[in-house]
Amino acid sequence: MAGLEVEEKELVAPEFSNVVVAQILSIEKHPNADKLNLCRVDAGRNSVEGDLNIVCGAPNVVVGMKVPCALVGADLPGIQIKKAKVRGIESFGMLCSARELGLSDDHGGLLALPEDAPVGRDIRDYLDLDDQLITLKLTPNRADCLSLTGIARELSALTGAPLELPKIDPVGAVISDQRQVLLDAPDACPRYCGRVVRGLDARAPTPEWIRRRIERSGVRSISALVDVTNYVMLELGQPLHAFDNTKLSGSIHVRYPVAGEKLLLLNEQTIEPEADTALIADDVRALAMAGVMGGEDSSITESTTDLFLEGAFFPPSVVAGKARSFGFSSDASHRYERGVDFELARSAIERATQLILDICGGEAGPIIEAVSSSHLPPRKPVRLRSGRAAKVLGIDLAADRIEVILNGLGLTVERLGDDFLVTPPSFRFDIEIEEDLIEEIARVHGYDNIPSPPPVAQMSMMPVTETARTAMALRRLVAERDYHEVVTFSFVEADWEADFAANSTPIALANPIASQIGVMRSSLIGGLVGTLIANRKRQAERVRVFELGRCFNRDAAAGPVEGFYQPVRLAGLASGPALPEQWGATAARVDFFDVKADVEALFAPRLLAFITAEHPSMHPGRCATVSLEGRSVGVIGELHPRWVQKYELGASPVVFELELADLLMTSVPSYTEVSRFPAVIRDLALVVPKSQTLEPLLAALRAASPVVVKDVALFDVYQGKGLAENEKSLAFRIVMQDTQRTLEDAEVEEVIAGLLAVAIQNFKASLRT
Amino acid sequence: MNNLDQLVASAMADFAAATETAKLEDAKARYLGKDGMLTTLLKGLGKLPAEERKSAGAEINLAKGRIESALATRRDTLKNAQLEAQLATEALDVTLPGRGRPRGSLHPVIISLDRIEQLFRSIGFEVADGPEIETDWHNFTALNTPENHPARSMHDTFYLQGEDGKVQDDVLLRTHTSPVQIRSMLAHTERYKHLETMPELRVICPGRVYRVDSDATHSPMFHQVEGLWVGEHVSFADLKGVVADFLKRFFESDDLKVRFRPSFFPFTEPSAEIDVAFMSGSLEGRWLEIAGCGMVHPNVLRFGGFDREKYSGFAFGMGPDRLTMLRYGINDLRLFFEGDLRFLKQFH
Repeated sequence: MAGLEVEEKELVAPEFSNVVVAQILSIEKHPNADKLNLCRVDAGRNSVEGDLNIVCGAPNVVVGMKVPCALVGADLPGIQIKKAKVRGIESFGMLCSARELGLSDDHGGLLALPEDAPVGRDIRDYLDLDDQLITLKLTPNRADCLSLTGIARELSALTGAPLELPKIDPVGAVISDQRQVLLDAPDACPRYCGRVVRGLDARAPTPEWIRRRIERSGVRSISALVDVTNYVMLELGQPLHAFDNTKLSGSIHVRYPVAGEKLLLLNEQTIEPEADTALIADDVRALAMAGVMGGEDSSITESTTDLFLEGAFFPPSVVAGKARSFGFSSDASHRYERGVDFELARSAIERATQLILDICGGEAGPIIEAVSSSHLPPRKPVRLRSGRAAKVLGIDLAADRIEVILNGLGLTVERLGDDFLVTPPSFRFDIEIEEDLIEEIARVHGYDNIPSPPPVAQMSMMPVTETARTAMALRRLVAERDYHEVVTFSFVEADWEADFAANSTPIALANPIASQIGVMRSSLIGGLVGTLIANRKRQAERVRVFELGRCFNRDAAAGPVEGFYQPVRLAGLASGPALPEQWGATAARVDFFDVKADVEALFAPRLLAFITAEHPSMHPGRCATVSLEGRSVGVIGELHPRWVQKYELGASPVVFELELADLLMTSVPSYTEVSRFPAVIRDLALVVPKSQTLEPLLAALRAASPVVVKDVALFDVYQGKGLAENEKSLAFRIVMQDTQRTLEDAEVEEVIAGLLAVAIQNFKASLRT
Repeated sequence: MNNLDQLVASAMADFAAATETAKLEDAKARYLGKDGMLTTLLKGLGKLPAEERKSAGAEINLAKGRIESALATRRDTLKNAQLEAQLATEALDVTLPGRGRPRGSLHPVIISLDRIEQLFRSIGFEVADGPEIETDWHNFTALNTPENHPARSMHDTFYLQGEDGKVQDDVLLRTHTSPVQIRSMLAHTERYKHLETMPELRVICPGRVYRVDSDATHSPMFHQVEGLWVGEHVSFADLKGVVADFLKRFFESDDLKVRFRPSFFPFTEPSAEIDVAFMSGSLEGRWLEIAGCGMVHPNVLRFGGFDREKYSGFAFGMGPDRLTMLRYGINDLRLFFEGDLRFLKQFH
C-alpha cells in the first residue's frame, strides 16, 4: 500500500512430502517388462531398512546418478506412494521427474541432481522448495526498486527495519592488463568502468544457488559468466556486460554511430543505428548498443578465457525508446530507460569480479574508470515546506514527522526551521520538485491515514438555460420515438465513407488496428448501416437505431484543432415494418414520412423546412435537406437502392443525420393572447400541377395571410378520378379568429379570396369544384 | 276497489308485461292515448251532473297521474335494460396488447455517463467537451508527458496520415479525456485573468478515447470521464472525499469499500490508483481497480495558466465502460460497441 504493489505471491513448488535425494546403486532389467528397470537405490535409510528396490521406467536412469526419490508414504501432487507390485516385482517408492514433483513440465526422465547432492536429504530442503515468489508491480518512476537492494531499501524506509546491504570488498589487481576508455560522447555516457579478467574457464558450471535465484527471478541461466552479470544486476540494479577481451582492438569508445554503420546484436538482429543511438566501440568497430544490448561479434562464448567487463551509466534520455524502435526490449534497457544509480558501476564490477574469480578462476586487472562529472545527473537540492505539504495533502503534519520520513528514505536532509532542503541520492531519478517530496511523505505516511471528509467549496448556482437542452434530453426524446441508441467505432471502412458520405479522401489512420477500421468517419450513417447489417444477420427484421457522436473532416479553417472539422451529430436509421407486428394495425414498411415526423418532433416547437435535395447516399427522388430558419441543419432520405443491393439490406432504410448544435437550441415560449371569440374554419381545395411541392405553396399562403388567420394546414392530398393525369389536389384548412370580435362573413370571404388569388397567380392553381 | 283503482292496476300490469319500448307505447296508448280508457273517461265527465263532475274529475286525474308515473318508471327500466344489453355487446378484451409504437432504449454506457454527470453536477461540477482528434500538445506535452514516453508511440496511440500520405505527428486520436482538462483550464484562466483570485474550476469531461489495443478486455475505442477541481484550498483529502462519495453514490452502496494506492502518472503528483470492493454480489470482497487520480502536477497547472503556488487541484480519470459492466453485471466489453439489439433493448 505504499507504491510497491504485490501482484502475485506463490510457492516455487507445490506441496509434497517424503521425497529425498537418492543414488542409483545398480540397475537390472525387469524380468517381465522391456521398458522397466529394477533399481537398487541408496536413499540414506539406516542399515536396518537398507537399500531400496524400486521399479523405474525412466529412459535416463544410470548407475551412480542422484535423483529425487519419493519414499513409501510420500504425498506427491496428485498421487500417494505406496508399496506396490509392478508387473510382479515389489517396488518401495518412486524415482521422480521434475514434472512429477510439480517443478516444471519436463518429463523427459528423472530429475538429475548434482553429484554432490547429499543422499538422504529432504529434497524440499536441498532444492530450497519452500521458497516463495513475490511478484511486484512497479510504477515507471521507481526504477530504484528494480533490484533486491532497492526493494530492501524501500522496505526499510517503510517499516523502519534496519537496512543491511551486501558487503562488497574490492578485488585487487593481480595483472596489469587494461583497456583505455574514451568517452567520445560524454553526454551519452558520463561514467564507464571496465576491467580485464584473464585466464578463466568459461565452461565452469553456474553454482546451483546462483542458477536457482536468477531462474526464480525470471532470468534464464545461460553460462556462468552471463549468469553472474545477471545475478549482480538483480542484486544491485546495475546492468553489466561481458565482452570477449580477445575480440577487442585497442581502446573502448562510447560514441555515436558513423554514417552507414551496422551492428549485429546478440539477438541476431542487424541494426543500422540512428544518429542519436549511442554505441560502445573499440578502435575499429562498433561492439554494442549502449545500455541496450551487446553485439554478437564481441560476445563471450564457451571458449572465452579473457573477458572485458563493462559497468556504465547511460542517462535515461539516451536509452529511452531505442530498443523499442527496433522492436525489442532488454533487461538493461528497461533499467537504463528508467534510471540506474550512477554511482553503482564500480562496486557492481567488484561484486561480479569476485563471483567470476570464485566460479571460473582467472586473474583480474585494475578497474579503469572514465567519468565526465559535468554530464552526471545533477543532484539539485529540493526545498520542501512543511506547510505546503500539509496544505496539499489536507492533513496536519508536523515538521518533525516529515523529517523522520525523509531520513528514513535515505535522502540527504537539511532542516531550516519548518522547511527542508533535500538532496536526492544517486539512485532516485524521481525527486526534482517539492511535489515529488510531498508524494514521498504521503506514501510513507500512508494514503489510508489521510482522511476523506466531504469537501468544502464555494457555492454558486449553475446556470439553467431555457434556450438550450442537454444531449441527454435529446437522446431520451429519440428513444421515446422507438430508436435504440448505439455506440459505433469512430473509425470505419473506407468503403462506407465512399458510399454513404461520398467521401473519397477520408482522414486515414497511420496505424489502424485493422484495415476495415482504417479511416475516420465523416458521417454517422455508415455505422448505422453497419449496425443494420449485423442485426439482420441476427434475424432482426425491424431495426431502428440512432447514434450521437463526432464526425471528422479536413477543413483548413476549422478549429479548435486546426485543420479538422469535428462536429457532433445525431443520426438515425429505421428499417423494416413501421410498427412492430401487432393485432390492431395494418402492416406497412417504414417510409420517408414516418421518419420525417420523427425529425420534426426532435426540433419541435421550431418549424423545419424540407427542401428537395440530392445526396450521394440517398434515393435521388426521396431525399431532402432539413432546413431551420433558412440554414441547412441536416439531411433525411431513403438509402439509395444501389447500396441496398450492394450491402444486401433487403429494403431501403430511411436515414437522417442532423447537427447536434442546432438540435440542442430551442426557443423560449412567447405568449400570444387567446381569443374568447369563435373561430371560423374554411377549407380550400386547390388543384395544382402534380410536380408542385407543398412547401413553397404553403409558405406563400402563410405569408399572404392577414393576422386573423391563425393557421393554414394541409389536411388532404388527392390524385385520381375527377382530376387530370398531371394534376393533384391539395386541401388546406384555414382557421381564422380575432381577439376583439366575432369575424363577419364578408371579411372571411375576402381572406379566402386573397389566398386563392395567390395560389392561382403564383402556382397555376385552380379551385377544386 | 272501484273501477279506477282497477284501471290503474290493470295499466301497471300491462306496463310491466311490456318488455320492449314499442309494446310499452302500445300499452300506453290503451290507457292514455287519444282513444285510451282514461281519455274516454275524461271525455265522459261532461255527461255527469255538475255536482259530481268535480270530484269525479279529480279522481280520474289522480289515477292518470299514477299511470303516467308508472309509465315513466317502466320506460326508465326498459331504457336502462336496453343500454345494458347494448353495452354488454360492446365489451372489449382488455387483455389484448395496446396499440402503436413501443419505446426505444438508451446505451448502457450513456446511462452511466448521465448518472455520473448528474452526481457531479449536484456538487457543482460543470460538464465540458473537447475534440477527439487532438493536438499532441494538449494530449501529451501539456500533461507533462516526456517526449519519448512509450504512450506517445504508434504502438499505443493512433496517429493520422497526412494528406501527403506521411504520418502527421502533431495530431492524434486523444488517448484520454485529460486534454479537455487543459482546454478547460486555459478557458477558465483566460476568462478570469483580471481577477486577483479566480473562482474555482470544477469540471468533468466525459467522452470517447482511443488506444491501439484490441482484445476481450480492451477496445480500440472506449469511454473515459475525467474530473478536475482547481482552487486555492483543494487537497488530497478532498480528492479522497469526492471520489469515495461518488463511487458509493454511483453504485448506490454505502458499504462499498474504497482504497487509494500510490501510483504514478506524469500529470499528477502525488498519484493514486483507486480500488473498490463490493460487500455483496458475485464480486464480493475482491479489490477491483477502477480509476486513477492525483493532485494536478504543477507543470500541468502552469500549462493551464494557473499560478502553481497559489492554486492546487486534483484530477481523476475513470472508465465508464468498466463502471457500467460492474453495475449491470455485463461480462464482455465488446458488447457495448457491437450494436446487438438483443443486448441494447435491455437498457432504458
